Amino acid sequence: MRRFLMKGNDAIGEGAILAGCRHFFGYPITPQSEVAHYLAKRLPEVGGLFMQAESELASINLVFGAACAGARVMTASSSPGVSLMQEGLSFLAGSELPCVLVNIMRGGPGLGNIGPSQGDYFQATRGGGHGDYYTIVLAPNSVQEILDIMKKAFDLSDMYRMPVVVMADGIMGQMMEPVVIDEEKSVEIPPRPWATIGRDYHEDRNEINSLFVVLEEMEEVNLRLLHKYEEIRAKETLCEEYMLNDAEVALVAFGTVSRICRAVVDKAREQGIRAGLIRPITLWPFPYDVISRAAKSAQCLLAVEMNMGQMFEDVEIGAKGRVPVYHYGRLGGMVPLAKDILEELKKVSERGGTGR
Amino acid sequence: MSKVTFREDRCKGCQLCTTACPKKIIVMASSINEMGYHIASVTEQEKCTGCGLCVIMCPDMVIEVERGQAG
Amino acid sequence: MKKITARPYSLRDVPFHYCPGCMHGIAHRLVAEVIDELGVSGRTIGISSVGCSVFAKHYFNVDMIQAAHGRAPAVATGVKRVLPDRVLFTYQGDGDLAAIGIGDFIHTASRGEKITTIFVNNTVYGMTGGQMAPTTLIGQVTKTTPFGRSVEINGNPIRVCELIAPVEGVAYVERVSLHNPKEIIKAKKAIKRAFEMQLNGIGFSLVEALSACPTNLGLSPLEAIKWMEEKMIPFYPLGVYKSPAGVV
Repeated sequence: MRRFLMKGNDAIGEGAILAGCRHFFGYPITPQSEVAHYLAKRLPEVGGLFMQAESELASINLVFGAACAGARVMTASSSPGVSLMQEGLSFLAGSELPCVLVNIMRGGPGLGNIGPSQGDYFQATRGGGHGDYYTIVLAPNSVQEILDIMKKAFDLSDMYRMPVVVMADGIMGQMMEPVVIDEEKSVEIPPRPWATIGRDYHEDRNEINSLFVVLEEMEEVNLRLLHKYEEIRAKETLCEEYMLNDAEVALVAFGTVSRICRAVVDKAREQGIRAGLIRPITLWPFPYDVISRAAKSAQCLLAVEMNMGQMFEDVEIGAKGRVPVYHYGRLGGMVPLAKDILEELKKVSERGGTGR
Repeated sequence: MSKVTFREDRCKGCQLCTTACPKKIIVMASSINEMGYHIASVTEQEKCTGCGLCVIMCPDMVIEVERGQAG
Repeated sequence: MKKITARPYSLRDVPFHYCPGCMHGIAHRLVAEVIDELGVSGRTIGISSVGCSVFAKHYFNVDMIQAAHGRAPAVATGVKRVLPDRVLFTYQGDGDLAAIGIGDFIHTASRGEKITTIFVNNTVYGMTGGQMAPTTLIGQVTKTTPFGRSVEINGNPIRVCELIAPVEGVAYVERVSLHNPKEIIKAKKAIKRAFEMQLNGIGFSLVEALSACPTNLGLSPLEAIKWMEEKMIPFYPLGVYKSPAGVV
């Protein structure tokens, strides 16, 4: 066990290395580039490979190839770059290949800006590319959690043979916090009997493929994916609750915003408002059950995000119309301030369950 | 003597083999296979030299040649 | 009696779905024969591309990967960087390699990746029903150039061998044709040389195989061969464009 002071972006890289990842393919984009800088130095030290590709299209397909070869592999990018990777992500999902994609989100749409944003929530939690699929989406909110969640991301992607997306933003990337690293922990990478590593190295002959021209065969694949997704929904949903039991108003926030909201809950309680916080850690699968439970005990829910109301829709789904669901968001790379969230919280707590 | 045999169920009747045969002994049969193609065939088997060029040309690996001893 | 049979070990005994007179079957066989002769079947991984030849994934008796449109070189690189001792080939058509995938192709070549690309050029999109390809000849009628390809509207055809030969990192480039047995024998030699470049760690290798698509040319297979001789080969000259000795 050792303690370090570490930056979020470095924790992504170090977390990947601790998880046994030895291959990174990527393309520069702000505010993701520091992940690449870190791994460009660090991977060769541990006998790994860092390779800069000519585009995000190439990056995700290099990841595809390395995954076919059985490697624990990742890439990182930021919103516009992640958009470019969506075709590849769909192929990875269709071919049932494990890998990790980190998205350090920035303001958008279009080229937008490099400010922190949560504008890619829809894209990430609804598959992102074409076709009928999901990826697991993890949203850490501290440097320690980033470090630990990278391991979890690789483990989940292996267990379910699917891409896992880790979502953060420039604030999470730049933030420095003390972390504890347990270097003793050994990594177990599960065997990959399906990998295309040459016929001599496994039984029979392997084919990695997402083309199923016979409709019945495609439906069979879709059903297999569906069952996998149902299992993940049942087993892997992660959510942190804070002061939720007696809360009249439940805030719902993830990532950077959830840190601010936690402070807002404390402040509100000081002022006599019983506030609580639901922090989804997996954005897909989304913790609908926790939302649903809160919708029974609280008077209203307030989704706070750095977008115009994306996770808000999932909160509404979870609330099932039992209580009003409100949204407060800052856009364009702006971060909501604690005092403004508190103001909004007061407003909705007054309106409470009486409607919008 | 050499002998040419055709895996008739795989022949698509493209006729590429007919252009490859130096002796011009491959002809298209009037009969058709299950896929509905006129199949390639050799009528004058004794003229076959066993050169195997038809085997090289066939895109569907339909043809097998048994090359006899010279003379 | 000496038996001359066609099917190499590295091809599975399943019928090809290709149209009558399509030369993908010939190209598949040559690649498989070379893999057999080099004794690398058990450590070869092939990448099939999008287009008619996507089904190559099903035909080769080696481990196969089906890549996204144009991305076969990136996928092959990904595998090779994890497993440098394996033999990698991509099998790509003209749309996949020279249109949507030309960026990946050039960068993979310039990195000198030790992989072999088999590029089948038949001047037309097959799978999607006969549209213009980057290699469609000027004046050639396709579904999307119904009045013939014009330079003003569609630009010029791309000569891939000429384009890539000067790029550093490229070890071997040859253009061959599959329209008669003599050229097919040469094509096989080229493919073998290309794989040897990879096995000897010299660099990226490319064999462009001219081929006919009778269905989408609207010609009989025999007419298509004639068309190749009269129209295609004069525009796409056969020969070695680069070898370790340099650009030819």
